[in-house]
Amino acid sequence: MTRRLIVAIIALTLLLMLLIRASSGAMVNPFMDYESLGKWVAAVLTLCTLSFLYSDNPFYRFCEHVLVGVTAAYWMVLGFWRTIVPKLLANVVPEIPAYFFNMDTPVTVSLIHRLIYCVPLGLGLLLLVRLHPRGRSISAWTLAFILGTTAGLRLFGHLEADFMAQIQNSITPLVSVAEGGFNLGRTFNAFLITGGLVCCLFYFYFSRDSDGALGRVSKFGLWILMLTFGAGFGFTVMGRIALLVGRVEFLLQDWLGFI
Amino acid sequence: MVSLAELARERLAGRRLIYLCILLSVTVPMIWKISFKEHASPMVKNVFDQVESLPPGARVLLVFDFDPGTEPEIKPMSDAFTRHLCLKGAKLYCLTLWPTGPVEIDKVIRNVLTPEFPDYYYGADYINLGFVSGDEAIIAVALTSFQKAFPTDAHNISTSDTKRLPIMKWVENIRSFNLIIECSGGYPGLPEWIRYAAVPGGVPIVGGSVAVGTPELFPYVPDQCVGLLAGLKGAAEYEQLLLERYPLLERPECRVALDRMGPQTVAHLAIILFIIIGNGIYLSQKRRGRVGT
Repeated sequence: MTRRLIVAIIALTLLLMLLIRASSGAMVNPFMDYESLGKWVAAVLTLCTLSFLYSDNPFYRFCEHVLVGVTAAYWMVLGFWRTIVPKLLANVVPEIPAYFFNMDTPVTVSLIHRLIYCVPLGLGLLLLVRLHPRGRSISAWTLAFILGTTAGLRLFGHLEADFMAQIQNSITPLVSVAEGGFNLGRTFNAFLITGGLVCCLFYFYFSRDSDGALGRVSKFGLWILMLTFGAGFGFTVMGRIALLVGRVEFLLQDWLGFI
Repeated sequence: MVSLAELARERLAGRRLIYLCILLSVTVPMIWKISFKEHASPMVKNVFDQVESLPPGARVLLVFDFDPGTEPEIKPMSDAFTRHLCLKGAKLYCLTLWPTGPVEIDKVIRNVLTPEFPDYYYGADYINLGFVSGDEAIIAVALTSFQKAFPTDAHNISTSDTKRLPIMKWVENIRSFNLIIECSGGYPGLPEWIRYAAVPGGVPIVGGSVAVGTPELFPYVPDQCVGLLAGLKGAAEYEQLLLERYPLLERPECRVALDRMGPQTVAHLAIILFIIIGNGIYLSQKRRGRVGT
């Protein structure tokens, strides 16, 4: 109890100091305009979230709940204005968005056009039937449509851009001769890429025991994989630090006005 | 004999100390404004040269597929791309496939386009197509008909209305663009635009990605994706090239990534130091027989 009281007193003192600093004009005044108030809200939420690094606490959990609630509402509003209105209503009943939302839609839409767009509307409504216990089998039709189109779409994308093109990119001349001369750096790179590729493929070759020459090749492949994971981990650290830099910069520069 | 509770408390205290050190390693260089000169890698040079080679009036699709969560890494890139494209006199077609992306487009328009390039007019020189849901399916539709994929702009003006949006006069599908620039914070992002737009449409694509997603993008460079900016470091290198080519951009808002690389570098050094210390302690404890193999 005493510990909580001490923490509360420290927090209130800090808040008071910040408000005095804000009123003196040294930092953003929360009562100046909505943008300034927004900066204060963002700063307080940032500090509450970062407080998890010390230990789990109610402030952090409050931030979690706020994030979930705001995200759900944001998606819902955006889905209505950027998908349902321009993509569905504007094609099925263009009069409604034109009249009610002052939207720039062609009102002379043919009946066939409207009927075609009724198909996704029907499939969407079927998906909502899932909410009823008896409607699960009916909503499966829509899910089947989504699965089928997604699979088809991804298949052609991956086949052309990943499978075929990646194999093509892997087949490169080992000796690089550029501008009439031998290029040692590029040649080394070509050997490294080709050798690494072959060794990694051998690492995943399980039809024979990995011993002797095959074992040594697959072990080199494992080393290549480990180096790749290490590089990936390094990039992850870099990304996380960049996010921290961004937040600290916001707190020190935009909120506190220290830098 | 150390009890489990004491060990857990010790570890927690150690972890908090590391957090504090990392926070200090970021904060102190930021206050002292420590920054370093960057040297562009070939991948970043490729991106710069590709944008630099655009003719005046070139049509460029600028995709803002990121959110506030990835903003510290990607926003310096999108700002730098916008500045570079405006200096080249390109026509900008801004869009996003992320629901949180419209905010980022608005920020670039409000903070970069409008104040720095007042001669750029909405509808004639740039357009904000806003957010459209559908991920890669929308890209596949845009490959055949851009107007079908993006029926209205962010202000609900029909993209077929070329009187109000003359910039749309020259756009039929993805192939109508001279270049695609993708600022990628995750899915859908650069791989999707490469698979469904750049490769089937034969349009050159360059981009920037968050550092976490960069390793999976390297295999696409340079054949399917001309160049790539890898995280904040890539953004800083691009800013350095931009400042060298256009010295009039020597302003604080044009070197955001360069300024952030100071704290980033110091934090990296701190992490390397911790790894060395941690391994040193582990090895010494192992020698004394306090930890198992």
